[in-house]
Amino acid sequence: MTSDLLHQILRRRAGAFCLVVLILFYVAAFFAPLLAPYATSDQDLTKTYHPPTGVVWQEGRLAVRLYKLVDPTCAKYEAEPGQFAPIHFWVKAPTYHFLGFIPVSHRLFGVEAPARLYLLGSDETGRDVFSRLLYGSRVSLTIGLIGILITTVIGLTVGGLAGYFGGVFDSVAMRGTELIMAIPGLYLIIALRAALAKYFDDSDQIFILIVVILSFIGWAGTARVIRGLTLSLRNRPFIYAAEALGQGPVTILWKHLFPNLFSYLIVTSMLSIPGYILGEAALSFLGIGIQEPSTSWGLMLSQVQDLKVFMLNFWWLLTPGLAIFITVILFNVLGDVVRDIVDPKLKTQV
Amino acid sequence: MNAPATPLLQVENLKVHFPITAGLLQRRIGEVKAVDDVSFTIERGTTVGLVGESGSGKTTIGRALIRLVNPTGGTIRYNGKDITFLRESQFRPYRKKIQIIFQDPYNSLNPRLTIFKIISEALEIHFPALGLEQRRARVAELLGKVGLKPEHMDRYPHEFSGGQRQRIGIARALAVEPEFIVCDEPVSALDVSVQAQIVNLLQDLQEELGLTYLFIAHDLAVVEHISDFVLVMNQGKIVEAATAEAIYQNPQDPYTKRLLDAVPKI
Amino acid sequence: MTSVSGPLLKVNNLQVDFGSGDTVTHAVNDISFQIRDGETVAIVGESGSGKSVTALSLTRLLPTPPAHYVGGEILFNGRNTLALSENDLRKVRGKQIAYIFQEPGTSLNPVFTIEYQIAEAIQLHRPDVTDVRAEAIRALDLVGIRNPAQRLGDYPHQLSGGMQQRVMIAMALACQPKLLVADEPTTALDVTIQKQIMDLLRDIKVKTGMSIMLITHNFGIIADIADRVVVMFRGKIVEDGPTGEVLRHPKHPYTRALIDCVPKLGAKQRRLRAIDHAEIEASA
Repeated sequence: MTSDLLHQILRRRAGAFCLVVLILFYVAAFFAPLLAPYATSDQDLTKTYHPPTGVVWQEGRLAVRLYKLVDPTCAKYEAEPGQFAPIHFWVKAPTYHFLGFIPVSHRLFGVEAPARLYLLGSDETGRDVFSRLLYGSRVSLTIGLIGILITTVIGLTVGGLAGYFGGVFDSVAMRGTELIMAIPGLYLIIALRAALAKYFDDSDQIFILIVVILSFIGWAGTARVIRGLTLSLRNRPFIYAAEALGQGPVTILWKHLFPNLFSYLIVTSMLSIPGYILGEAALSFLGIGIQEPSTSWGLMLSQVQDLKVFMLNFWWLLTPGLAIFITVILFNVLGDVVRDIVDPKLKTQV
Repeated sequence: MNAPATPLLQVENLKVHFPITAGLLQRRIGEVKAVDDVSFTIERGTTVGLVGESGSGKTTIGRALIRLVNPTGGTIRYNGKDITFLRESQFRPYRKKIQIIFQDPYNSLNPRLTIFKIISEALEIHFPALGLEQRRARVAELLGKVGLKPEHMDRYPHEFSGGQRQRIGIARALAVEPEFIVCDEPVSALDVSVQAQIVNLLQDLQEELGLTYLFIAHDLAVVEHISDFVLVMNQGKIVEAATAEAIYQNPQDPYTKRLLDAVPKI
Repeated sequence: MTSVSGPLLKVNNLQVDFGSGDTVTHAVNDISFQIRDGETVAIVGESGSGKSVTALSLTRLLPTPPAHYVGGEILFNGRNTLALSENDLRKVRGKQIAYIFQEPGTSLNPVFTIEYQIAEAIQLHRPDVTDVRAEAIRALDLVGIRNPAQRLGDYPHQLSGGMQQRVMIAMALACQPKLLVADEPTTALDVTIQKQIMDLLRDIKVKTGMSIMLITHNFGIIADIADRVVVMFRGKIVEDGPTGEVLRHPKHPYTRALIDCVPKLGAKQRRLRAIDHAEIEASA
C-alpha cells in the first residue's frame, strides 16, 4: 500500500519533483551542523550586513572574493580586485556532538579566518544567513511533522472512539471539540504561551511547547472528521462480520477502521503541514515563538522588521521568507498529487 | 425424521426495540419496535426461511441471534442454553458456533485486506494454535470449498465479482467451523444467474457439513426453494409460519398471499 | 410531431469500446435491433453483458473517454444520435428519450421538494406549459400516487423506495417522451413493490402509447410486460424475438440458461440451474 503510493507519486512529474526537493530539504536540515560553515551565534561585528560573497574559480580551486567596507553608515561593501581567499573542504572546526553523541570536529567547507564565507550574506551582527537558514530549517521543517503526528494521534483516538462507541462518550468528546474550536485560536496561543513561558526557558523546551500549543488547537477539527468517517464505516457489514467473529473493539478499530481512513489521513496531513510551518513563523514573528540563540525561519524574518533592511535593499535577509514560501508550496502540491492518487472518484476521470 | 429432543435454536417472545432519542442529553422520546414478540424454533440441520419486506424486522432478528444488536426482551436458547443476555465474554464461545453471511458483497469485505487476511482473521481468533503455514493451508482449503482457487488468497476484494465476493464471505463464515449460519439476504444483490450458483453452494455446504441455516430474503420464490420451514414477517411480527409446501399451496395470511402474488411467473 | 416511416429506434451495428490499446474491451460488439412505436422491448443479460452500455449510448450518456463509440449508428426518429451535436442531443435527452435508473434514492436530489424537481423537468422540456403545478399533479396521478397535491411538498427522504421510483417515473413522463429507458428499475426494490412498478409501467404504456426499453437481468419480471426480448451475452445479441416465443422455445442455450436459473414457486427442483459459461461459449 505505502510502496504503491510512493511509486504512484514518483510516476507523476509534479509529485516526483516536490517529493525529491522536500527530501533534499530534510536531508539538509538533518546534516545542518556539517553543511553550515558557521554556528548560529557565530558573530563578526566588523562584517554586519555583508552582501553574499562572490565565489570564483581561482588558481585551480574555488575561492571567495574579499570585500572592503567603504561606507559604514549604510553598510556598503565593495569587492577588492585581485583579493581572494581559497575555500577549503572538510575543514577543522570547534568540536560538537552530531545527534547529541557523535563527536565531529570538521565541517564540509569553509574559509580561513579572518576571511568569512557568506553564501547568503550576513545579518546585523555579522552572522552567516546561510548557516542560520540551515539550522532554522530544523525547527521549521520538523514542527509540521511533529504537529501532525500529535494531532493525528489525538484526533484518531478521540474521533475514532467517539464514532465507534457513540453514546455518552461521543457527546462529551464532540462538545469538547466544539469548545476548543469556539476559542479564537490566536488569543489562546498567545495566552498559553505567556502563561507557560516562565516554566520553559530552554530553547528545545520552547520548541516542544509551541508544537503542543499548535496541536492542541489543531486536533479538534481532525477528530470531528474522523468521527464522521468512522460513523459511516461503522455500519459497513465488514465491521459487523469482524464483530460476529468475536474480534475485540480495539482490534476492529486498528485493523478494520483505521486502514480505511489512511487515504484521508495522508492527504489531510500533507495539506496541514504548511499550517504548522506558517503558525511557527507567525509566533516567532510576534516574538513569542523560538528565542535566541536558537533560530527558525520565522525568527529570522522577525529580525528584519527593521526599516533599514528595506531601505538599503539587504534582500538576502528575506531568504527565510522565500524558504517558507517554497516549502509551503511544495507540501501543497504534493498533497494535491496524493489526493488525486488516493481518491478513486478522481482517478476514474484521468 | 427423529428430531433430537432439544432444537438447535429456540426463540421465545423475542423483542428488539430501538430507542428514539433527541436533544443534547440524548433523552429517550420513544422507541421503534423492530422485532415485537417473535417466537420460532430451528431444528438441527434444517433451513428456516424468513421472508418479509424492507423494514419488516427480519434483518434485526438475524442480528439479534448473533448479538450484533442487543435483544430488549424474550429468550434465545441455543442448544437448550439461554444465551439472550450473556455478557460479551460469556457469548464468545457462541461466536464460534453462530456465523453470518451478509447481503451486500461490496461492503462486507474490508477493501484494505487480502482475501487471506480476511479469512485468516477468524482462524487467528478461534484457532490461535495454528501457525502461518497451517492457516494458509486452511484458507486454501476453505476457498476450494466455496468454488474459488487457492491462488486467489493474495488478491484484494475489488478484484472479484459480486458472486465471487459472496463466496469469500461464505468462506469467512465457514472458517470457524460453525453449526448455525444466519444468511442475511445473501443473494438479494446478485444477478439471478449468480443467485442460483450461491443458493446451490449453500445447499451443497449444508449437506456436506450438516449446517443449520436461517435464510433471510424478500423473494419468496428463493426462500421456498431453499427452506424446509418458512416464517413470513410483517411489521415486526411473524404473521405466518408453515412448511414450504403449505406456504405455497395453502397460504393463510393475506400478506403471504400478496407476497406469493408478487413472485414473477414465467 | 413529424411522423417518420420506419421504427422509432433503429440501432445498426453499434460498437462501443472501453479503454484503448492493449486494454481495450468491446463492451458492445456490433449489435443491431429496433424498437417500434408503442412497443416494449426487454434487453436481458447478466452484469457486464453490455445491456446498460447500450441503453446509455442511445443519447451518448457515457463519458468519453473511457468509452469510445467506434462504429454503427443509432437512428432515433430517423436521426443518428451518434452524429448529433451536444446541443441537439440535449433536446433529445429527457424530452424524447427519458431514463429511469436502479437506485431511485440517488437519482433524486435530497435538498429539493418533489414539486421542484418535477417542475424543473417540465420547464426545461415543455416551455409552453403554463400551469406547471397542475401538470406535476397530473404526472404524479398517472403513476398512481394518492393525494398527489399533498405529496408535492415532500422531500425524497420522506418517501419509500417504491414511491421514489414512482416519482422518478412521473418526472420522466412529465416530459412526454417517445421512449422510456428503464435500466433495472426494480432491482433495488422489494418483490411486492417490484410487481407494482411493473404493473405501473404496463398501465402507462397502454395510457400513453410510448415505447419502453426495459433493461434487466431477470427473465422472471418481463413475461407480463415485454412485447419483444433481446438477449445479450458478452456484448453481442444472441437472441431477438417475441416474448412468448422466446420464453417457450429459446433458440440459444444462453437464453435457456437465463430462463432456467429463475427460481419457480412450487417447482420442487432440488437444485437451481446455474449458468455454465464455458459450455455456452463452446456451443455458441
